[in-house]
Amino acid sequence: MDRPVHRVSMGDPWSRQVHPDIASERYTQSFDVERLTNILDGGAQNTTLRRKVESIIHGDPVFNLKDNYFMSQNERYEASIQKKFHIQKLAERLGWLEDSRELHYASRTLSGDLALGLHHIFVKALRSLGSDEQIAKWAPLCNKFQIIATYAQTELGHGTYLQGLETEATYDADTQEFVLHSPSITAIKWWPGDLGRSATHALVQAQLMCSGARRGMHAFIVPIRSLQDHTPLPGITVGDIGPKMDFEQTDNGFLRLDHVLPDGTYIKLGTPQSNYLSMVVTRVELLLGEITPLLQKACVIAIRYSVIRRQSQLRPSGPEAKVLDYQTQQQKLFPQLATAYAFHFLANNLLEFFHRSYSAILNRDFSLLPELHALSSGAKAMVADFCTQGAELCRRACGGHGYSKLSGLPSLVTRVTASCTYEGENTVLYLQTARFLIKSYLQAQASPGSTLQKSFPQSVAYLTAPDLARCPAHRAADFLHPELYTRAWAHVAVRLIQDSVHHLQTLQQSGAEQHEAWNQTTVIHLQAAKAHCYYVTVKSFTEALEKLANEPAIQQALKRLCDLYALHGILSNAGDFLHDGFLSGAQVDMVRTAYLDLLRLIRKDAISLTDAFDFTDQCLNSALGCYDGNVYERLFHWAQKSPTNTQGNPAYEKYIRPLLQSWRPKL
Amino acid sequence: MNQDLRRERAAASFNPDRLTYILDGSPENTRRRREIENLILNDPDFQHEDLNFLTRSQRYEVAVRKSATMVRKMREFGISDPDEIMWFKKLHMINFVEPVGLNYSMFIPTLLNQGTTAQQEKWLFSSKGLEIIGTYAQTELGHGTHLRGLETTATYDPETQEFILNSPTVTSIKWWPGGLGKTSNHAIVLAQLYTKGKCYGLHAFIVPLREIGTHKPLPGITVGDIGPKFGYDEMDNGYLKMDNYRIPRNMLMKYAQVKPDGTYVKPVSNKLTYGTMVFIRSFLVGEAARSLAKACTIAIRYSAVRHQSEIKPDEPEPQILDFQTQQYKLFPLLATAYAFHFVGAYMKETYHRINEGIGQGDLSELPELHALTAGLKAFTSWTTNTAIEACRMACGGHGYSHCSGLPNIYVTFTPTCTFEGENTVMMLQTARFLMKSYDQVHSGKLVCGMVSYLNDLPSQRIQPQQVAVWPTLVDINSPDSLTEAYRLRAARLVEIAAKNLQTEVSHRKSKEVAWNLTSVDLVRASEAHCHYVTVKLFTEKLLKIQDKSIQAVLRNLCLLYSLYGISQKSGDFLQEGILTDSQITQVHQRIKELLTVIRPDAVALVDAFDFQDVSLGSVLGRYDGNVYENLFEWAKKSPLNKAEVHESYYKHLKPLQSKL
Repeated sequence: MDRPVHRVSMGDPWSRQVHPDIASERYTQSFDVERLTNILDGGAQNTTLRRKVESIIHGDPVFNLKDNYFMSQNERYEASIQKKFHIQKLAERLGWLEDSRELHYASRTLSGDLALGLHHIFVKALRSLGSDEQIAKWAPLCNKFQIIATYAQTELGHGTYLQGLETEATYDADTQEFVLHSPSITAIKWWPGDLGRSATHALVQAQLMCSGARRGMHAFIVPIRSLQDHTPLPGITVGDIGPKMDFEQTDNGFLRLDHVLPDGTYIKLGTPQSNYLSMVVTRVELLLGEITPLLQKACVIAIRYSVIRRQSQLRPSGPEAKVLDYQTQQQKLFPQLATAYAFHFLANNLLEFFHRSYSAILNRDFSLLPELHALSSGAKAMVADFCTQGAELCRRACGGHGYSKLSGLPSLVTRVTASCTYEGENTVLYLQTARFLIKSYLQAQASPGSTLQKSFPQSVAYLTAPDLARCPAHRAADFLHPELYTRAWAHVAVRLIQDSVHHLQTLQQSGAEQHEAWNQTTVIHLQAAKAHCYYVTVKSFTEALEKLANEPAIQQALKRLCDLYALHGILSNAGDFLHDGFLSGAQVDMVRTAYLDLLRLIRKDAISLTDAFDFTDQCLNSALGCYDGNVYERLFHWAQKSPTNTQGNPAYEKYIRPLLQSWRPKL
Repeated sequence: MNQDLRRERAAASFNPDRLTYILDGSPENTRRRREIENLILNDPDFQHEDLNFLTRSQRYEVAVRKSATMVRKMREFGISDPDEIMWFKKLHMINFVEPVGLNYSMFIPTLLNQGTTAQQEKWLFSSKGLEIIGTYAQTELGHGTHLRGLETTATYDPETQEFILNSPTVTSIKWWPGGLGKTSNHAIVLAQLYTKGKCYGLHAFIVPLREIGTHKPLPGITVGDIGPKFGYDEMDNGYLKMDNYRIPRNMLMKYAQVKPDGTYVKPVSNKLTYGTMVFIRSFLVGEAARSLAKACTIAIRYSAVRHQSEIKPDEPEPQILDFQTQQYKLFPLLATAYAFHFVGAYMKETYHRINEGIGQGDLSELPELHALTAGLKAFTSWTTNTAIEACRMACGGHGYSHCSGLPNIYVTFTPTCTFEGENTVMMLQTARFLMKSYDQVHSGKLVCGMVSYLNDLPSQRIQPQQVAVWPTLVDINSPDSLTEAYRLRAARLVEIAAKNLQTEVSHRKSKEVAWNLTSVDLVRASEAHCHYVTVKLFTEKLLKIQDKSIQAVLRNLCLLYSLYGISQKSGDFLQEGILTDSQITQVHQRIKELLTVIRPDAVALVDAFDFQDVSLGSVLGRYDGNVYENLFEWAKKSPLNKAEVHESYYKHLKPLQSKL
């Protein structure tokens, strides 16, 4: 037990001793935590490499995140630029390549607190979309940071809907040049990262205007700042869009173009397939690289704190109980923990699927693309949705201290919530999945039979499988069979997709226009897409369990989480399962019994399951969530370092003193 | 004014002013509220700077300045009625966060409730005039809701006739009190009283913290700010560590006393503190309604201004409020804001009515009201918490920017789930009352008030055939009938919790363990009870509205609120046989119809909340709808834009470009 303490800990005066309340949780472990960590990392060698990178990062004071909570937006921005600068030098020195595991682990260790993230997206876009000549010109400049680039798409008045973008690129046949222009206030580019203060160049999406006609969206490389003194170039108005809930370190910016000439010709946008593909890559990478870890961290902090925090008594005359021993606290936190694991396996599954289909795509076989697109859209929406709700639940489960930024939880919440909007707004994404489901359903109806099964997309294969009309469970324990609850979820998904199709067709048959009919049925489409995504997650979790047959202890601990995830979803949506009599009222009661039992069982493993994520204390950056459990000492110490305490109180001289003395003469 | 909003307002089916009168209680109230708001808006001393661009220290400073101006102006304007003070504060302080606030909301009331006449004479005048600024220190670093767990001690020393206050451990440090960090120079401190070697439990003490004149912490006192938080930037929530710190015999002694020789005199029982809690909680329910109303105003106005994508090809981009998914996100929340407003108003009335009863010695209704308000505080704050976030996300990317005002509304509101009683604990308090009432009915006695539905249970239990008769009775177009459906659900869930509790008791013997193992069911029962009460109060309110056009529109909102709740909890209604499958299908269908019906009135319905732009603090929610121009202007004021070239360019970017 000594080893992890030294490795993960803050190295402050309190970390030498583990709080007895958390030490006692680790005395009897039902499984080998280190083994589970290896599994999550995808192999022991990865764990070793990750820890090596972590120790390099934590050994360097420039990478300290401790003061983040006390810094202004300006200071956060500057620090993240500095870190980026520093890590580039480090990578060069240690030979860490772009897209390498090392850099990926470094970013995880720093919780992504690095500037110039868009620069790399620009490079990727250039490589996949640019001509050889363009790549030859721009790639070396980018690699050596002789230019800093960003990607400017979203506008003040326009987001998800690309065709609605207003920025114009007019081709002047006389001069053979393009002129870029923002024709209205709503056309101002808004939100691109690194644009506000940092970027020298932007890849700008604009409507191509040729001889007065609109020719659709194209991308242009536009220089926006002088390479000599960084001032905006003529015709360019550029700046920061102001304070946000989070991402204070990122200078999200605005850009107004007043008849500007781009540098070089435009970059031809790819085929619809290649555009799809780049969106898919981004979404799949986000799941593991950004969104899911935020929920995992929230779980670690809230669950560790819940074994230190004591409140009220469970037995009269007993000591105050750990709050994690309260059923209501377990019901708040354990479903979040289960979700964090479920999404880990879901995202890994997707990543594998992506790699499999990627090689086909390279061979110009796009047949897997629609399914990949539907899966990644739905998964991103669901993961973002649940992680946001879950992180906030964890925050509130920590009572008052969860409201303090020093707990680390507010920052996790404000960071993860952005994921519901960026890279495709969640509602829009769910509806894209729904379109795929409806299409697949109609396809399955049109040509039933076994020949179809082969070519039918795997994730919706349940549409062609025989459906159960009634759940066969007789007692609570029956609901602990993965086969049983997976089929239950498949059943509900099928029924909702059926409903979805039925409503749409009924409206169309009654004379509604196709588009109007779609809009009038979107609420039900959403429900269907959500049920489908839940099913996919349950299924991928159960499949991951099957692969752990040679790790029975770990398998057992994770299976409880899988059960909990599936049953939690059933109880939260009980109406959908009762609706057509698939579950009886008595069966729902059985689910509830099984569910409450699971909470009790998971309780014993809770700390081990959170330890297994293996986040270092520095990376968690939470006074409540440290490995050693010395919560209160650290909270007190950290608070004393707040600038409100270390700097003077000008308000006293200016206002409080006059206020205190305002009535004195009359006394 | 923005064309879209102009069109929306012209098309409304009712006059929003009339609805505002109903929300304020009377046209006279509306007139007076607006008059007071105008005093502030037209007074050059009340400038509203945009807090979003300020550091925490600057925000704190602005808040202190505002508090100071406010004290002066309220004297000047002669504002003393509690409602009027609130209107004044609402607009002036915007989100009601003020470092000096605890002096008025906690220090003085506690002094009045628990201080002797002599103590009141000594402290009241100077604290009202802010010669001293007081706060109230209860919560400790390691202890919250469970009061008996507090560790701070106050030991009486008869020789010097002083109390010695001490924080014996790190967990005993007072933590969180508002205004404690930097502003207050006195605090009422809750501590375990020791006299003559015996502990007598928690008592309140007046403790001087900072030296008058210099404002420096007194020797033996360690005091400071607890650091940055999710919100409440302008509040100096503080910590306080006392190191065998001696104070004169200043325990608040209206009830319990410590005689100069150290003899402890027990208090006569006091049920009256119930009253204060009921008042605070009814206020919090009103706050939930107001915060949600603000969030809805912003999201709905912006959704009428924002255009996106297409519904039909080749037509201009539609207002996003025309998308069914957007209506489904926002209109149920709008209905909820109205529902909670009426619940808050009912609680306030009831409090005043009962308060008169208390004056005449009638305390019979107090236990129920106390139990009910605990649950309603939790129910409304949980719902509102989620709802504000949903409004923010419905505004897409711009909702994430502080320009929308929504992040600030959220972080200011969300502590309501924790303070004045953590929500889960509150729900369990209500559950305790429900279980007591259930037992009472079970032993043959009738119960009255909101829980009277439990009286019907024994007759109904438990013939499955009889239950199956119910569904035909529910008319999903009748608020009364839907109230009945919620009543049945509450009755059933209370009964299930009670039975599960009994089963656990019979298995485990210890009542406390059984209670813990049933607590998830108990919370569910309380939620169902509170949901029923909310539907019932909204439905009853409809009858009292004279204006036909307004009654019609509120009736639709009431239906939407009730039906939406059923669709979210359809499992309960199906499982208990209250509604059939086909009725649930009809419920879903009816909800979609109601969205279409409410759509033309949506903007008028949020206009009726009558928030000044200043108090919304949102570029997206402006009354005139000129969102984009103002958003651009707002962004230009960002501190990152102060210099055209940021200093980090010279420090980091330039070297990066040259060295690699």
